[in-house]
Amino acid sequence: MAKLWNKYRYLILRRIVQISLLVLYFGGNAWGLKILRGDLSASKIFNMIPMSDPYAVLQMLAAGAVISADLLLGAAIATLFYMLIGGRAFCSWVCPINMVTDAASYARRVLKIDNIKGTRQPASRNIRYWVLVLSLVVSAIMGLAAFEFISPISMVVRGVVFGIGFGWAAVVVIFLFDLLVLKNGWCGHVCPLGGFYSLIGKFSFIRVHHNEANCTACMKCKVVCPESQVLYMVGKESLPVLSGECTNCARCIEVCDDDALGFSIKSLIKK
Amino acid sequence: MEKEQMSDRRKFIFDMARGVGIAALGGFVWSAFIDEAKASQLLLRPPGALKEKDFLRTCIKCGLCVEACPYDTLVLARPGDHRPLGTPFFLPRDVPCYMCPDIPCVPVCPSGALDKKSVSTEGHLNIKSAQMGLAVVDQESCIAFWGIQCDACYRACPILGEAITIEYSKNERTGKHAFMIPIVHSGACTGCGLCEHACVTQKASIHILPREVAMGKAGDHYIKGWDKKDEKRLENAKEIKTTTEISKKSAIDSLNSGMKDLY
Repeated sequence: MAKLWNKYRYLILRRIVQISLLVLYFGGNAWGLKILRGDLSASKIFNMIPMSDPYAVLQMLAAGAVISADLLLGAAIATLFYMLIGGRAFCSWVCPINMVTDAASYARRVLKIDNIKGTRQPASRNIRYWVLVLSLVVSAIMGLAAFEFISPISMVVRGVVFGIGFGWAAVVVIFLFDLLVLKNGWCGHVCPLGGFYSLIGKFSFIRVHHNEANCTACMKCKVVCPESQVLYMVGKESLPVLSGECTNCARCIEVCDDDALGFSIKSLIKK
Repeated sequence: MEKEQMSDRRKFIFDMARGVGIAALGGFVWSAFIDEAKASQLLLRPPGALKEKDFLRTCIKCGLCVEACPYDTLVLARPGDHRPLGTPFFLPRDVPCYMCPDIPCVPVCPSGALDKKSVSTEGHLNIKSAQMGLAVVDQESCIAFWGIQCDACYRACPILGEAITIEYSKNERTGKHAFMIPIVHSGACTGCGLCEHACVTQKASIHILPREVAMGKAGDHYIKGWDKKDEKRLENAKEIKTTTEISKKSAIDSLNSGMKDLY
């Protein structure tokens, strides 16, 4: 049991956080709970502290909307949190789509889709930054927040809180896309919100650190990592993972049998 | 023939050009989708909502107004509802707006898409100043116009006697009854939809339309000459050039022509 916990502790914690957030949002609407109301686009904590999605606010800005003080404050709180502490933790600790794409990625490993010869990754992980820029351009032209209009993330959160309609189709499509078309396709290639948090998360202090001295180069970490390019140093050099694309999901830490990976605080002094 | 190795610079330019091309295609599809999705005009927003165009760009789709509504009037558009996704609206035939005096849905709005000022008079919230829509009566299916006595909409109206009044006229068919005709007054009607909810006909014969859809506009060339205030609008009027030529024939010729020159 202890071993099981050791191997899945962060995964279990992440699922608890992701599901509790959905339950709290749902409760805010259905049972009148005051802990967390609204949804991931904008919410109020204890009916007091505003939170809002900084990427949504950025799109609204591009669309020419007048941004209220509440939204600005909420976006600033979220931005500072992820910039200083969380890194790209939104993607692996908060976003409900993460559960879908993790399931797809797990299914790929179980069904050995990853091992099929000749299947290569036909797409660049930089697509998300193109989509990010494109979303701002489309927002400006159409006069509304463009990604918020099609975002499967908001669709699913709203679906859980306010009723899902055909929103479940988005979940199925993303699962199949990740399973059959592109490994880590949605979260690791396409999603502009992930791209946005990759850019912000670059600066955060909490970092995964690799200790080369302990590494046996088994590469288990690279197999589970949804952004395996950030672990380029594994088995080569003792370095912190500084890429903003790392989601701080900590799967690499818990699958490592040799204690070669762990969380660390980024030092400000350059060596 | 051996393929020529691309230089880094050429490869970079080529990749960029390809990216721009794909982005343009994606942007085209994306914009087309949004254009279609936001084209739906026939939906009723919560009280205090900005003009539809501004509302769409300002609403962040958090649903706090929906949570604040004690009657579950407001809903967020779900995929498949054929309305701008995630934005709040209501269907008065299902659940109308009960016009809470404290308007709980408006102050909770974090984005300002629901504007407190537009539903306030002299600094106090006043739901009667809301302009969610306007009730429109279909004279053909409204049974009051048939001469059957029904004043369900009039009784249901929270601003009874101001937003809907009953006009009496003689029913010539029977010779001894009165028509009791509901008349909606756009100056007072908030578009809450209680009338539509109460209407007894199979499909409501009085229904709420967004004000932009339901209302006409006389323009600055038609004024109430007997109203000093209204006459002011004439100052905004601009010259209009007539494009059809005035006929040079005398009016009598036209009358005697046997309608020939009309066809």
